[in-house]
Amino acid sequence: MTGVQTNEGGVTDVQTKQNAEPVPKQGVDLPRRRGWRPHPVIVVLAGALIVVGLTYVLPPFRNYQLATVGAYLCVTAGLTVLTGLNGQLSLGHGALMATGAYTLALTQNKFENLPLSFAAAIAVTTVAGAIIGLAAARLRGPYLAGLTLAVAIVVPSVASTFDETFNSDQGLSVMLNPPPEQFPMEQWQAWLCWSAALIVVLLLALLSRGRFGRDMRAVRDDETAAKLAGVNIARTQVLAFVASAACAGVAGALFAVLAQSVSPGAFPLTLSLFLLMAIVIGGLGSLFGALWGALLLVVLPALSQSVSEQAGSQRLEGNLALIVFGVVLVVVMLAAPGGLASIPSRISRMLRRNR
Amino acid sequence: MDEFIYLTFDGLSRGLVYAAFALALVLIWRAARIVNFAQGAMAVAAVYAGYSVTNATGSYWLGFVVALLTGLLLGVVVERVVMRFVDHSSPLNGVVVALGLVLIIQGTLGIIYGNEFQPVQTPFSRDAFEVGGIALLSRYDLFVFAAVGSVVVILTLLFTRTAVGLRMRAAAFAPDVSRLLGVSVGGMLTLGWALAAGVGSLAGMLVVPTELGVHPTAMDIVFVSAFAAAVVGGLDSPIGAVIGGLIVGLLLSYVSGYVDVSVTPMAVLALLVVVLLGRPGGLFSSSKARVA
Repeated sequence: MTGVQTNEGGVTDVQTKQNAEPVPKQGVDLPRRRGWRPHPVIVVLAGALIVVGLTYVLPPFRNYQLATVGAYLCVTAGLTVLTGLNGQLSLGHGALMATGAYTLALTQNKFENLPLSFAAAIAVTTVAGAIIGLAAARLRGPYLAGLTLAVAIVVPSVASTFDETFNSDQGLSVMLNPPPEQFPMEQWQAWLCWSAALIVVLLLALLSRGRFGRDMRAVRDDETAAKLAGVNIARTQVLAFVASAACAGVAGALFAVLAQSVSPGAFPLTLSLFLLMAIVIGGLGSLFGALWGALLLVVLPALSQSVSEQAGSQRLEGNLALIVFGVVLVVVMLAAPGGLASIPSRISRMLRRNR
Repeated sequence: MDEFIYLTFDGLSRGLVYAAFALALVLIWRAARIVNFAQGAMAVAAVYAGYSVTNATGSYWLGFVVALLTGLLLGVVVERVVMRFVDHSSPLNGVVVALGLVLIIQGTLGIIYGNEFQPVQTPFSRDAFEVGGIALLSRYDLFVFAAVGSVVVILTLLFTRTAVGLRMRAAAFAPDVSRLLGVSVGGMLTLGWALAAGVGSLAGMLVVPTELGVHPTAMDIVFVSAFAAAVVGGLDSPIGAVIGGLIVGLLLSYVSGYVDVSVTPMAVLALLVVVLLGRPGGLFSSSKARVA
C-alpha cells in the first residue's frame, strides 16, 4: 500500500485527488503468511469426497439444494476473484448467468447434446464477458457499477424484444435426457453441479496463486505502481472479467439444467445483488468466502420461506429474504468490510491497540 | 412531421423528469462523492407513502406533500444512520452499502404493499391539447414542466444566492477549511442528502403515473436512465444533469415512437456505453478523463 499516496495536505485538492485515487486501499488485506496452506488440488479432492459422501446420505430434496449450492459456487467464486482480487465491481453477473442459461437452452433443444450445450454456453458468455470487460477496463468505481447495473436491468428485457427466439416472459423449457437408471435425478444433478463447481474453483485458485493473480492484486492496489512494474493493466482487467464471466456462464447453464427451463424472471436485478452479498459476507477475494456465500444463498431463502409459511403470509415470502440480505450487506460493510472471516483478526488488532 | 413534433414534446416532458432525478444524483455526488444507487428505491418508498395518504384522504396534493416530506426524511435517515459510517477508502464500499439499502427498502415495500403494480392517480388529465390538428402537450406535461422548472430555479438560487448554499458548496469542496471556519460540515452533508432525496421523490411522483403504476422495483429502469443522463452531463455538473436528462428523454421518446417501446432499455444502455467510452467525464467536461 505504498506508492502514490497523494497529498492529503493540499486542502483544495483533496476532493479531486480522492476522486482520482485508483480503487481499493482496503477491502482485502494482502494474504498474510499463515504457515502451511494445503495445495488447491488437495482441498478440491477433499471437497469432492465430502460431496460424493453427502449425496449418498442426504434425502432427494437436500441433494437438490446441494446441487444449487454448487451452481451458485461457480458464479460466486468467479465474482469474488473479479471484485476481491481485481477490484472491479460487477452487477452484471446475473445477466451473464442469463446469457449462459439461454445459450444452453437453445443449443440443447436443437442438438440434444449436453456437453456441446455447456461448451456453447461457456463460449457465448466468454464473448459477452469480453465485450463488457473491454468497456469495463476503462471505467472505475461507480461508473463501472452503473454500467453493469444497466446491463443487469436491460438484458432480461431482451427476451421480450426478440420473442420468437426467446419466447418472451414465458421462457424456454430445456429438453434433457434422463440420467442413467441407477442414479436418482437429484444425485445426478448434485454430481453434475459440484464437478463443475470444483473444476471452476480449482482453476480459479490456481489462477490467483500464480503470476496472473499477483498481477490482478497489483492492479487493484495501485495501478501506477503496477504499470511501472510492467503489468499490462487493461489486459489484466479484461482477462479477469472474461474468466469471471465464463464462470457465470457455467452457473447459468447449470441453473437451466436444474430448473429444466429458463425465463427472464429467474434473473432479476436482485439476483446480481444477492451474488454481491454472497461474496461480501465471506470476505471479498476469498474462495472459501464464496463457498459460505453460496451456502447462504440457498439456506437464507429457504429459512425465510419456512418462516413466512408459519406466519401464513404470502407477502413475506421472498421479500423477507430481500430484507435479510440487505441488512447483512449493510451491516457487514459497515462493521467488517473484510467479511465475517476478518472479524477475529479485527478484534485482536483492536485489543492490541488498546493494550 | 406531426408525429415528430408530438414525440419531441413527449420527450421533453420525460426528459425533465430524468433531469430532476439526475439532479438528485449529482447533488449527492457533489456533496459526498457517492453515486447513490439507492435513490430509486428511496423515491419509490416516498411515492408509496404519498399513495397511501392519497388513498386514505382522497386528496392528491396532500399525498404529494407527504411524498416530498418522506423523501426529505429518508435522505436524512439514510445519511445519518448508514452513509455517515461508510469507510470511504474504497469507492466500492459506498456502492455496496447503497445496494444493500435497495434490497432492504424493496423488501420492506413488498411486505407492506405486495409485489403488484398499483395504479396511481394523476392530478391533471394526460390527454394532449391539439394545436392546429397536432397533438402537443397534456395538462400533466405542463405540470411536469412547472414542477421541475421551479425545482431547478430554487436549487440554483439556493446554491448561488444564499449563505446556506455557500456553506454547502464550501463543505463539499474544502471540508477541512470549512470546519475551521465554523461550518458544520456534517450538517451540510445531511442537508445535501435530504435535498437530493426530496428532489428524487419529486421525480418519482412525476414519473410513476406515466408508467405502469407503483411497484417496489418501478424506479429501476428510471434510475438507469437518470444515471445515463447524469453521466451524459457529467456527474459534477447540475446544468449538465438537466441537459443530459433532456437528451435521454428525447432519445427514448424517438426510439419508442419510431422503433419500438421494448427497445428503449437497450437504447439507454447503448447511450451509456458510448458516452462512458467516448467522454467519461460527460459531454461538457473540459478536464481530462476522470478515474472515479
